[in-house]
Amino acid sequence: METKSIMIVGVGGQGTLLTSRILGGITTHAGYDVKLSEVHGMAQRGGSVVTFVRYGEKVNEPIVEEGCADVLIAFERLEALRYAHFLKPDGVLIVNDQRIDPMTVVTGAAEYPEGIIEGLSKKYKVISLDAMEEAKKLGNPRVFNTIIVGVAAKHMDFAKEDWLTVIEKTVPPKTVEINKKAFEAGFAF
Amino acid sequence: MLGNEAIARGAWEAGVKVSAAYPGTPSTEISENIVKYDGVYAEWSPNEKVAMEVAIGASMSGVRALASMKMVGVNVASDPLYTVSYIGVNGGLVLVAADDPGLYSSQNEQDSRCVARVAQVPVLEPSDSQEAKDFTKLAFELSEKYDCPMMIRTTTRLAHSQGVVELCDRVEVEDKPYERSVPKNVMMPAMAKGRHVFVEKRLKDMSEDANTASYNKVEWNDTKIGVITSGIPYQYVKEALPNASVLKLGLVHPLPKKLIADFAAKVDTLYIVEELEPLIEEQVKAMGIACHGKDILTIQGEYSANMLRKAILGEEVKTEEPAKVPARPPILCPGCPHRSTFTVLNELKIHGAGDIGCYTLGAVAPLNVIDTTVCMGSSISTLHGMEKAKGKEYIKNWVALIGDSTFLHTGINSLLNMVYNKSTGTVIIMDNSTTGMTGHQDHAATGKTLSGEATYAVDLVDLCHALGVNRVSVVNAFDTEKLKATIKEEVAADEVSVIISQAPCALLKTNVSHKKCYALSDKCKKCGMCLKPGCPAITKNSDGTIRIDETMCNGCGLCESRCKFGAIESREV
Repeated sequence: METKSIMIVGVGGQGTLLTSRILGGITTHAGYDVKLSEVHGMAQRGGSVVTFVRYGEKVNEPIVEEGCADVLIAFERLEALRYAHFLKPDGVLIVNDQRIDPMTVVTGAAEYPEGIIEGLSKKYKVISLDAMEEAKKLGNPRVFNTIIVGVAAKHMDFAKEDWLTVIEKTVPPKTVEINKKAFEAGFAF
Repeated sequence: MLGNEAIARGAWEAGVKVSAAYPGTPSTEISENIVKYDGVYAEWSPNEKVAMEVAIGASMSGVRALASMKMVGVNVASDPLYTVSYIGVNGGLVLVAADDPGLYSSQNEQDSRCVARVAQVPVLEPSDSQEAKDFTKLAFELSEKYDCPMMIRTTTRLAHSQGVVELCDRVEVEDKPYERSVPKNVMMPAMAKGRHVFVEKRLKDMSEDANTASYNKVEWNDTKIGVITSGIPYQYVKEALPNASVLKLGLVHPLPKKLIADFAAKVDTLYIVEELEPLIEEQVKAMGIACHGKDILTIQGEYSANMLRKAILGEEVKTEEPAKVPARPPILCPGCPHRSTFTVLNELKIHGAGDIGCYTLGAVAPLNVIDTTVCMGSSISTLHGMEKAKGKEYIKNWVALIGDSTFLHTGINSLLNMVYNKSTGTVIIMDNSTTGMTGHQDHAATGKTLSGEATYAVDLVDLCHALGVNRVSVVNAFDTEKLKATIKEEVAADEVSVIISQAPCALLKTNVSHKKCYALSDKCKKCGMCLKPGCPAITKNSDGTIRIDETMCNGCGLCESRCKFGAIESREV
């Protein structure tokens, strides 16, 4: 199998690390060699963050390069736009339809672009959803990222049961049930 | 496993008994993981020099010991490092130096291999999580075999990448007997002269043995292109040049000269692929071997497979142009007490001599308070230097800004110096009760050790008094009126003063807020005062009123305190 590349991008503090752990878990569970590259430290303070996941028979490079991502998971619209050029031409973009203004926009130094999803849809296969709204319906806005994992799971070749097993092992014990529900909601989207 | 988890595991499997460190990205998780294993004493030391010396002491007493730190921490620890190189070890002694090519979370991009070369300390460089574990174990063996401290050099990309790791059991290593040996362990001139001879011979022996050692390996392929590489760049080489012949160095200092010469002789064109400094390249060139390196590859930042394809194969990889989008630099979190302190300083138009921590972010818009940042502890001493250069009036609109953990790291000496040399400046200790930026590590003033045990918490007020500071005040960071009055009074005073601006980090698990702020649009006059502190939870609506993101807001009330029209209200939730 050719090595698959997945990227998770978002705003520091949105929980990209937990999502990457789930992806790392599912690929290891399936017996693949996997490398996962994260950013810790200062960038985690509200900055633009990116995590790479690569899996296959044997993985060398731990990062995903421009034009090489099979799946790009964006937790925020502007971040989807920032990293869209990392996608393969036939790659899938899953974007949480949420707007978080960067400080450059808040201070008036820059403008938040309009029509991001419409523009990206012309170039790529885009699946967009307001995961935060869906998560609120489930009673916990913080599980929005697991809903997105559920959506992404539809575009990856792993059994649903395996995803649920990995989620159970990865998320904090008290939140297993709500996270499983969130995954199901995303999977059914 | 993360590279850092693998290093912790490797140290444990190698029978390590003592580990000391100061937190610093990308090295922090080594200590956070090693403390979970039985049979290892692990601590946060107040700084890297102390950590290094703790590990040296443990090694002298006969056990295997680990010190870990980020690369700028190695600078702090360089004094003991340079000399323990002469002393050598009793129990194995390993220093993990975590470099940050690409500057994800650091103030410079220095290459620890160069430090090790000057200190005459051998360096192993792993290229994935499995090797991170294996090389850590190997480092302890080599340390004892050659009677030398070993460095393991990692980078952010290795430290924070996860890969599959095969686990082994711990080997219980017997403590080496302690024997008094003044010529080996007491470094005064006469002894050091003798040990320097030993150090030179040790490096020669290691270099010779490295020609045939299993940690350096040649992967023969097509011989048109030959690459000498190590660490994470090895992965990029394998990805970009699967047909090239590769000499992968596990030990990057000292170099296996014969192995390199033999390899070079058999390939048509030789490339040296190493991130940051041309450490290997310059030595290979000094051997009279022609090679390419920094003439075609950058000295800055991280490499990638595409970069090598372009530089070595001349293959341009066509990709879409990145979209032009507003930058999203890191910012202080909603509810961060630093934001409150900075807001007051900004309103008072006071300049800040800054330091290392989350609060370095006070340099950028809209807070714009911090003017300078050099290294850990430097805020206090640079302010002192300014006063001595320009006089006490010059710094009446300046303060030094330093976090609690950074103050305990290397700020104490600087404050002592201000008192001793009769400064009049004001130091604000931004005390958020933790080491914030690296992810909440305890320190000597939190009352808890790395293993979570309760311990004595140093009182910052008493400490400042003991250093000779008479004017010490403690203010709640969110009490902006009191903070403002205190800062005005203290910068005007003609002696050294310390203000402890206190409130716990908003992300601390023990700091749960039960409040949220709400915008009352009918009262809003659209003046924008609430936006000035730059809280990411507040955004402007198209009509000029504001909205507060409920999921982000933690109800600190700073925006409420800035609104003169009662258009923001905090409520219990």
